[in-house]
Amino acid sequence: MVGASSLIVVAFFMMIFAMLVVRSYPSIINDPLMAFGSTWDVNLGIYGGLPAILGTLASSAIAVAFAVPISLGMSIFFTEYAPKKVRAALSVTIDMLATIPSVIFGIWGLWVIAPFVKTYIQEPIIGSIGFIPLFSGPAYGLSLFLASLVLTFMIVPIISSLTISLLTSTPVELREAMISLGATRWEVVRHVALPFSKLGIFAAIILALGRGLGETMAVTMVIGNSFVWPFSSPSLFAPASTITSKIASELYEAVDVLHVSSLVGLGLILLVITLAVNLSARLIITRISRRNAAE
Amino acid sequence: MFLEDRRGISKILGVGIVAVVLVAAGILYYTQFMGAEQPATITAGGASFPYPLISKWVSEYNKLHPAVQITYQSVGSGAGQNGLFAKTFDFAGSDAPLTDSQMSQNPGVLHIPETGGGIVVAYNIPNIGSGMNLTADVIAKIFQGNITKWNDPAIAAINPALTLPDLNIVVIRRSDSSGTTNGFTTYLRNASSVWLLGSGTTVNWPVGIGASGNSGVASTLQQTPGGVGYLEFFYAKNNSIPYAKVMNRNGQFVEPTLSSISKALGAAAPLLASDVRAPVVNMPGDDVYPISVFTYILVYKDLSYMPEAKAKAVANFLWWIVHDGQSHSEALLYPRLPSSVVTIAEANLRQLTYNGRPLL
Repeated sequence: MVGASSLIVVAFFMMIFAMLVVRSYPSIINDPLMAFGSTWDVNLGIYGGLPAILGTLASSAIAVAFAVPISLGMSIFFTEYAPKKVRAALSVTIDMLATIPSVIFGIWGLWVIAPFVKTYIQEPIIGSIGFIPLFSGPAYGLSLFLASLVLTFMIVPIISSLTISLLTSTPVELREAMISLGATRWEVVRHVALPFSKLGIFAAIILALGRGLGETMAVTMVIGNSFVWPFSSPSLFAPASTITSKIASELYEAVDVLHVSSLVGLGLILLVITLAVNLSARLIITRISRRNAAE
Repeated sequence: MFLEDRRGISKILGVGIVAVVLVAAGILYYTQFMGAEQPATITAGGASFPYPLISKWVSEYNKLHPAVQITYQSVGSGAGQNGLFAKTFDFAGSDAPLTDSQMSQNPGVLHIPETGGGIVVAYNIPNIGSGMNLTADVIAKIFQGNITKWNDPAIAAINPALTLPDLNIVVIRRSDSSGTTNGFTTYLRNASSVWLLGSGTTVNWPVGIGASGNSGVASTLQQTPGGVGYLEFFYAKNNSIPYAKVMNRNGQFVEPTLSSISKALGAAAPLLASDVRAPVVNMPGDDVYPISVFTYILVYKDLSYMPEAKAKAVANFLWWIVHDGQSHSEALLYPRLPSSVVTIAEANLRQLTYNGRPLL
């Protein structure tokens, strides 16, 4: 029984993978280097996926870069410093944040955060250091930066709730030993709690990265869906696109066989990217834990 | 004991009376409303643009013919076409006619123009309302990124009465594949020699931001001073978004209205008579709004593959929508089909057959 249910999971994965390969086959034959093409023009029959791939990687990487310090800071505050009442309120809030559907994040990003970001972040930055290509204008609101920001809000609950449970599970003996040696709270966190849970935190970050790479709805609504980033302007404030937003935008109305299979091909590339991220994370974790065991 | 028994009997009696009344009402209903008409369940789907109107038609037709159940799924033109080819849809709605290669792969598909629409160039410029003048070349240059400021001399020259601000233009277009994009780009390809992006449901936009659906373009536009985008007429009208007058083939700047769009559909009738799939944008004629398009019902000529009652119901429904159904169009801000186009639709519908016999 137990064996059969795990077989089902394997079978599902193989079926999805096979479907992607079969359905994207015409595009693989047409252009095996699709992942490196920079132009996507349905009318000319050119299907290059590079802008979507770079947009996917960039938006998720920036979101993780924002989310990690926020989540770690919040988790440490939660476990070490927060009074009981604050802790209860914070815990409920984090759980609620995790349950908000992504389309709601999308609407909020589109209506509330976009005008705010445009006026109070993009315009001042472009006005002061806009000569740096990474921060050049014009300010659109909807942009790679906004998508990363919305993704940040979506993955902070994932990283922080896992980190909190890891930090609270630090063995009490170690904690007490440190305190008896006269360590401050921060020293306990720095030298005991964090080293004890760093592998788990790393796994949580990878989980969040996977969520970011695959997020569709919210990103499609706020990224601005331009397929020329980063080739026309490398700015973080320019509209961009991701693999998922491209598929969601075009699949329903795609009629041409090559168009459909190229979109499925993008899906295959995304699956390969997420697999690569997960497998390399696993590899790193086993390496580190082996090294720790050897010490 | 005795009393309870009597209560039980009266209860059974009551239930019996209710049952008899219900059955009688059912029989009466059937004989009254169904008449000779046989029940049929029709499944259709496709373009989202005509969906509000088709929903209205379906509910009105159902009042007249309760035996005929019709569902129309708003899944997009591409999915509608595929559903028709796979014969999961009994007819499909499509904003674009089939291409030549689709026609040769799927022979025997009829195009019935069912209604149309205007595509407006909407904008958000502080202190400037509806009615800015635009030409095809200026629109093309704006959406390609050749014109980047609202006070560009090319715009100022055709709008002497307006004080245009020194404001960056932000192009807002559809990110999803759309019949609206197809209509808009087909117009620019036909009407402007400077347009380089071709036409289709998706084009490779060099500038601007993409938003999903009419609602996405509209909400982005409303938040973006300097924004310009293209919207279905009824969407811009319902949301009070300012839109431009566009120069037509006769050299007039024409405001999009139900009547100027309907005039464009009428002007296209001679073209449609020879080829129902001909692009109908940029028609000549006085007061013709040039960015007007048809939306079509696609249906197989030979309906022998479905039950006869259903084939009859499909033919009757389609006949009804191009005649009586048109009276519901204008309340929903769709143009009425001009009589010249109705004649063409009739001629096409008469080609519907069942086992070799015409259905109409």
